[in-house]
Amino acid sequence: MIASIGLEVHVQLRTNTKMFCGCPNRYGGEPNTHVCPVCLGYPGALPVINAEAVRLTVMTGLLLGCRINLKNKFDRKNYFYPDQAKNYQISQYDQPLCEGGQLEIQLKDRTKIIRITRIHLEEDVAKNTHFGDGSGIDFNRAGTPLMEIVTEPDMDNEDEAFAFLTALKQILAYADISDCNLEQGNIRCDINTSVRPTRESPLGTKVEIKNMNTFRGAHRALAHEIQRQIREVQRGRAIPQETRRWDDDAGVSSSMRTKEYAHDYRYFPEPDLLPVELTQTQVDTWAALLPERPPERRERMVRDYGIPDYDAGVLAADRAIADYFEKAARLSGKGKAVSNWMMSEMMRLLTATGQEIGAVKITPEALAALVALVEAKTINQPAAKEVFAVLFEQGGDPQQIVQDRGLVQVSDTGAIQGLVDQVLRENERSVQDYRSGKEAALQFLVGQVMRISKGKANPQLARELLLKAIGS
Amino acid sequence: MDVNANAPASPEKIDVAYVAHLARISLAPGEQELFQQQLEHILDHVNKLNELDVSGIEPMAHAIPVKNCFREDVERPGLAHEAAMRNAPEERHGQFFVPRILE
Amino acid sequence: MAELTQLTLHETLDALARGTCSSEDVTRAYLDRIAAVDDRIGAFLHLDRDQALADARAADARRKAGQGGRLLGVPLAMKDVLNVKGHPCTCGSQILKGYVAPYDATAVARLRAEGAVIMGRLNMDEFAMGSSNENSSYHPVRNPYDLGRVPGGSSGGSAAAVAADEITASLGSDTGGSIRQPASFCGVVGVKPSYGRVSRYGLTAFASSLDQIGPFTKEVADAALLTEVMSGGDPLDSTSVPGPAPELLATMKQGIRGFRIGLPKEYFQGGMDAATEALVRAAVKQLEALGAEPVEISLPHTEYAIATYYIIATAEASANLARFDGVRYGNRIAGVDPIDMYEKTRSAGFGNEVKRRIILGTYVLSSGYYDAYYKKAQKVRALIRRDFDEAFKTCQAIVTPATPSAAFGFGEKTGDPLQMYLSDIFTVTTNLAGICGMSVPCGFAGGTLPVGLQILGPAFREDNMFRVAHAYEQATAWRGKRPPLAVDAGRTGA
Repeated sequence: MIASIGLEVHVQLRTNTKMFCGCPNRYGGEPNTHVCPVCLGYPGALPVINAEAVRLTVMTGLLLGCRINLKNKFDRKNYFYPDQAKNYQISQYDQPLCEGGQLEIQLKDRTKIIRITRIHLEEDVAKNTHFGDGSGIDFNRAGTPLMEIVTEPDMDNEDEAFAFLTALKQILAYADISDCNLEQGNIRCDINTSVRPTRESPLGTKVEIKNMNTFRGAHRALAHEIQRQIREVQRGRAIPQETRRWDDDAGVSSSMRTKEYAHDYRYFPEPDLLPVELTQTQVDTWAALLPERPPERRERMVRDYGIPDYDAGVLAADRAIADYFEKAARLSGKGKAVSNWMMSEMMRLLTATGQEIGAVKITPEALAALVALVEAKTINQPAAKEVFAVLFEQGGDPQQIVQDRGLVQVSDTGAIQGLVDQVLRENERSVQDYRSGKEAALQFLVGQVMRISKGKANPQLARELLLKAIGS
Repeated sequence: MDVNANAPASPEKIDVAYVAHLARISLAPGEQELFQQQLEHILDHVNKLNELDVSGIEPMAHAIPVKNCFREDVERPGLAHEAAMRNAPEERHGQFFVPRILE
Repeated sequence: MAELTQLTLHETLDALARGTCSSEDVTRAYLDRIAAVDDRIGAFLHLDRDQALADARAADARRKAGQGGRLLGVPLAMKDVLNVKGHPCTCGSQILKGYVAPYDATAVARLRAEGAVIMGRLNMDEFAMGSSNENSSYHPVRNPYDLGRVPGGSSGGSAAAVAADEITASLGSDTGGSIRQPASFCGVVGVKPSYGRVSRYGLTAFASSLDQIGPFTKEVADAALLTEVMSGGDPLDSTSVPGPAPELLATMKQGIRGFRIGLPKEYFQGGMDAATEALVRAAVKQLEALGAEPVEISLPHTEYAIATYYIIATAEASANLARFDGVRYGNRIAGVDPIDMYEKTRSAGFGNEVKRRIILGTYVLSSGYYDAYYKKAQKVRALIRRDFDEAFKTCQAIVTPATPSAAFGFGEKTGDPLQMYLSDIFTVTTNLAGICGMSVPCGFAGGTLPVGLQILGPAFREDNMFRVAHAYEQATAWRGKRPPLAVDAGRTGA
């Protein structure tokens, strides 16, 4: 048996305000504090289209290679539900903003193209919370811009669906289209699955699983649902067309009551909104501002900065990190050195402190300056690590930190010769060890020089002077 | 997506009970029969439109030939929480309270 | 000097400007007049006496402080479908009982900005659905010219209040004739501006692509002033057309010499009663005497207008009225689950005409019927608009009766909804086409019941329409006529 999976992915757009009113599009906040007559569906209130939401949807379409419908419009989708202020949702029915398109996903051993059917713009619903005998409704989320991306049933299994969601999230985050924060419900999806005996058979009856909030959950739900459908078919049972709900904790799915989902949405053109007619010039202007996509950026960073492909892949995966890296690399002119700091100390401290690159105190300018101090041998590597840690924690100017902490490397032969003489006097045993062939003893002696110099001695120079003194 | 499928050439009788449920209106005894008869009468008149050949005519959704009305993505003051809840028939924990939603 | 309550809006402004009375005097006079006659008329649904007087005193203070305002100190009343911050807005329905508007409609805000005192809520057919005001869920409105007859609808309270001197001017809304028909029945001036001229923000929607707000006044100049103040693009209503308000007061006095006035032959083919026809034909003669040239025009799709209108209006209404569900505001009837609550709330909260139209509108949009009804109606609507585009190539304005007959009696048409719908034949085409229209008094059928002359102008050419209306009004004696009720009860006024 073969499964066919199509996704309807709902993405909350990163705008300042809601889709049709000037209320803030902001997560959190006390219930019903980001509301107005429009998003509460008050009598007489009217919607007005948020231009930025249109732009972000078109940008998504361009990133996914869609055809942009210059002429498009909004429609009313009618259904009663307490989370729907007007009991209709303003959506796009037969003239969505984008149609066609595709996204390449990365599988273990190959890549695969998943076709995009359409992308349209609509408004999100309110949030329900159950309290014992009833439900509370908070309209803060109601009316926030929601982009729906619909795929063809091109995915064969849960891994492919997971890979699609991951790739989609990366590209949306990259272009600043959405915050892509799954905990805040920025990306949610409905999954359509069917099974059929062979690739040549027609598609089987489709079952919809609604409202998946996490990619892991979608993966588990799909694994379960595909097996369930195969078992049903193998037992000779027909799969009814239905909507199911996935209980991620229990690991089971169950049918939703169909009464509320009598699909007669009575779509008709939204009379309160005028048609949208974009110009090609407008779309071209937006297209020119599209960010480079991660795979292309990775290749370019290898070329431009001479860094390893692996490093480029890691850095390019997150747009903010890649932007940070490129800025520091350009300022410093030493891409490889900057990349080393990014791959080691930066990543380690970001993970350890749970910070985002956008919020760190160490600026790209400071990192470039730190690299320059190391290159000029003003400080040595251990001192540089110390400076990095200070910059990460407090920010500031590396030159100043080096001075304040007295970290300037001592490269004066006379001064170091004195330290070397002292170390040789106090460690005759090690000198003998070295002379009798114990190479490690030299490292110990270098370490002693560093210690009494409080880390400031140029270790290269110390090593040379030691060797000169004890011969080889 | 095919919820507004093409219509049959000659519409059948209106099913008032079904349509009333779609509109979330329950009809009292007698009301359904009365509406059935009245609406059939009205629809007889409405079916007059079938006399007209409208092929090639663009549907007119708006009375004005204007397009592209947008707003800038800028916040506007909304309602204070108290003002938003003042009209609520039932409130709990700062939220609009309804009988338990069955999914 | 005449009673304060008999003054036109312009006369009131003059009196306030000269200082012969204060806004508080005027407001008090209307409050007294309402107290004296409204138990017979039934025009008001709500009146906050103290608030009105406080607002009037504030207007007087503004005037003393040397502040201006084109409507400074003039009391105006609103159809109960317009949101006014802090006032109830029931739309004549039980379902909105208890609702208090938290915001001002744009049109109301513009009147306030010019200093108007907003007082009172005027009765109407529930959710503006009706042509007689018999569909108010509170109480009927009586025609001041004959208390046994309807005032028209749906803005019946707005028309009757002005006719009965309970207010000098009011606002109504017109989706298929709801301003012009009651204006005609009550012998006052009523204007439906072009679609997109006045912002609909804050007007509780009946049919979004047809609704417009407009004034009821005692003379054409007052209507011109109010239309000017309310007009102009509004960023809160996408369908309001950007640009400044038209200059109507300045242009309406230019006369109509050489104007071509279209007479649609389809409207004069036996669809109206003899008295109405005689008055309209006399009005046409009058216009001719003023230098206009009557020309016959054709609006060939007129016979399809009612069917088209009732599909489009009810479809849009079925969605617009879905929000009345007892969740966020209004009257709720408890239920065991949300669906049960919706059904109980809506069944108890809506009257029969509203239910009938919601069901019809839901049906014409439902799966399998959309193309046959809604889409088809939108196409016929395009043909009706085209009829007017063609007609206006040969004339500057069109003249018709506003209604097929003068006011009818209570209960005369309630048994047969279709009969009631068909009486809207002369007015619905205006809304379908998006053009402007108004009704001005043109005489009395049988010497007692007012009849209105409907004047139509091309979209956004209110100036044409007002030129005809003003020239006609100035040349005839209908302005200033008032119902016997007004004369009798007026003596008890301030």
